[in-house]
Amino acid sequence: MSYPLTRDQHLELYYYMKLNRMLDEQLVRLFRQNKVVGGLYSNLGQEATSVGTAYALEKRDWIAPMIRNVGGLLVKGYKPADILMQYMARYDSPTKGKDGTSHFGDLKGRHVVSPISMLGDLVPVMTGVAIAGRYLGQNIVTMTWVGDGATSTGAFHEGLNFAATQHAPLVLVVENNQWAYSTPVAKQVPIHDLADRAKAYGIPSAIVDGNDVVAVYQATKEAVDRCRAGKGPVLIEAKTMRMKGHAQHDPAEYVPKKMFEYWEARDPIVRYEKYLTENNLWDEKTKSDFVARIEKELNDALEVAEKSPFPPPELAEQGVYCDGCHTIEAEWKRSKKEAMPPQSSVKPEWEVTDFGGFDLASTMAKQSAAAGANGGNGAKSARTVAAAQKSTGKSNGRPEKLKVAARVPFGRGPKGKEGRK
Amino acid sequence: MAPVTMLEAIRQAIFEEMERDPAVVAIGEDIGVYGGAFKVTAGLLERFGWERVIDTPISETAIIGAAVGMSYQGLRPIAELQFIDFIACCFNQITNFVAKSHYRWGAPVPMVMRGPSGGGVHGGPFHSANPEMYFVHTPGLKVIYPSTAYDAKGLLKSAIRDNNPVLFLEHKFLYRRIKEELPEDDYTVPIGKAIVRREGRDLTIVTYAAMMHSSLEAAETLAKEGVDVEIVDLRTLLPLDKETILQSVKKTNKLLIVHEDTRTGGIAGEIAAVACEGAFEDLDGPILRVTAKDSPVPFSPPLEERFLPNVNDILSAARELAAY
Ligand SMILES: Cc1ncc(C[n+]2csc(CCOP(=O)(O)OP(=O)(O)O)c2C)c(N)n1
Ligand SMILES: [Mg+2]
Repeated sequence: MSYPLTRDQHLELYYYMKLNRMLDEQLVRLFRQNKVVGGLYSNLGQEATSVGTAYALEKRDWIAPMIRNVGGLLVKGYKPADILMQYMARYDSPTKGKDGTSHFGDLKGRHVVSPISMLGDLVPVMTGVAIAGRYLGQNIVTMTWVGDGATSTGAFHEGLNFAATQHAPLVLVVENNQWAYSTPVAKQVPIHDLADRAKAYGIPSAIVDGNDVVAVYQATKEAVDRCRAGKGPVLIEAKTMRMKGHAQHDPAEYVPKKMFEYWEARDPIVRYEKYLTENNLWDEKTKSDFVARIEKELNDALEVAEKSPFPPPELAEQGVYCDGCHTIEAEWKRSKKEAMPPQSSVKPEWEVTDFGGFDLASTMAKQSAAAGANGGNGAKSARTVAAAQKSTGKSNGRPEKLKVAARVPFGRGPKGKEGRK
Repeated sequence: MAPVTMLEAIRQAIFEEMERDPAVVAIGEDIGVYGGAFKVTAGLLERFGWERVIDTPISETAIIGAAVGMSYQGLRPIAELQFIDFIACCFNQITNFVAKSHYRWGAPVPMVMRGPSGGGVHGGPFHSANPEMYFVHTPGLKVIYPSTAYDAKGLLKSAIRDNNPVLFLEHKFLYRRIKEELPEDDYTVPIGKAIVRREGRDLTIVTYAAMMHSSLEAAETLAKEGVDVEIVDLRTLLPLDKETILQSVKKTNKLLIVHEDTRTGGIAGEIAAVACEGAFEDLDGPILRVTAKDSPVPFSPPLEERFLPNVNDILSAARELAAY
């Protein structure tokens, strides 16, 4: 399926990606000036994945970003100053200095759940948000991201299995950036495509070129729509590359130089700039206006951040408990009565139709059906399957093989007049 | 009203809270159709339906994780751990996600985690745990461990209505062994308040859960020997009601702490420190403790009997202390 984007939307995607990139660069400068407290985790090279996925959501939808998903936070309306102040541990940061990096959120307004450092934990949490949303009649979709490394955690598997059994409206983006700290993905998992994890949970998946923002958006939008239609969770694997070390302290000498070169040539922003030009969606002036606007925004943000004080020490022991500071109220979008007896009353019985015995004929039929359906993953769109085949070929994850494969041609955007309006 | 068991009191609390507030939901393994391993949630599914009574796969991390997510949506989930021993499987979710949420980014987590705890029923090393101290040492949580049916019901209701994550431990030895008449009207018991179960002049026993009953029994024997024991039932372990403890110690001048949890790192050490900081001048003897041995909970009856503290242990410690 294809979801046309207007010219404004195309440019908005560019704005968020470029802002993500330039904010990253600004943070590196601040880090070198010793203004960042603690480690700095770069998003470099992954902007298309964060922005393209989050952009497919609606305002009412929920996200939980990981550390390299600043792009998602920007799409959800957070400002560069918020991120700067988090990294600078200032009092006016969203957590007032109690936590750093992208560890912050906003339940009521932006529907952003703060991550914690422990990888994989957001998968069950966002499943809970999703099923609560369904119960409350909100018709929402929840989204979170996990790295290739995080797919090895128990929380990932428990969470995804539970989401699948609940048919939760959850879009899980596996951001395969080839590395988990110093560990290459081939040492992390014994499979080539992380999307294949979805098979075990009986849910559909898609593989997408994570450096092609339009493709990311398209694949995600399809998944989001599917979720919203009540068809259960979808896993999207975005193939991309972490273009820096794990954090600033890590020179990433373990990454082959050629691998960086390979991905450098596929930089998501350079590619998108070319795409916008080729499709006559902008001109040089639009581009330089964007850069100027973002530069100004970032300078203003830095001014705000530097003016913000460090938190007062006595804040340290405050806020451990909610002592009435919050009024907790669910946002009901259906009648509460439906959830209450006697309307809620049911017969407490399982409906068991499959008695589970071994039946050779039907097992074989199922297996051959699965073999003929893209490995049994279900609802892959023709487009994302094509992208997957092109970008991965028959490789086993080694960079040389990827070289043959991963060119996903641009120029698939809206060529018609509609998109240029 | 006929007297009811502690188990029934807990069931009533969940039932009544779900009747009162559609934001209250239950989640756990085998809690729906089956009604829970101990039948604490029997009848819930029938009355409240599939959306509010969620049977899950065997995934403690997913149960707690999903409960956090639901609470972020303003719901008040009650998550059952089939046996509290399995709480170790979701330790990370509880200590890192749940407990730090409000502090870090101001997101309250109004959820209850509950489950059958404690020994004395030959459950062996994996079905007898008293895990309270892992969580008493985790700021951001509240920890409750009641000893009576009345308190269990009233405290569970308070826990469900609380805006913070509450670990509610249910001593399974007490589930069906104690009975009590309960008020017909809605009532709650405040979290963070200990209660003086027995007034006395000579010696204070601070205790909770099943050991409260052993302590009461010991107190009756000691009374006949002329030792008048005051018993403080903590009920809530976090936050600890230091005031009630200190008041009692200042009155009797002697402190014995009794718990079923193992000795090293048990809450007795914390209470002893509280007494030293707040009532050192009032102490007329050493602070003593009666606890389980520092080992896993053994399976075979003679081993478990040896492991668990009992009335005789309390008696001899109390006599020793009374002699000062
Ligand atoms: C459960 C857990 N174990 C270890 C760590 C330490 N750690 C932080 S990031 C990281 C690598 C993560 O790799 P991946 O999931 O691929 O994400 P990426 O950094 O590539 O975005 C590790 C090991 C952690 N945060 N959580
Ligand atoms: Mg990675």
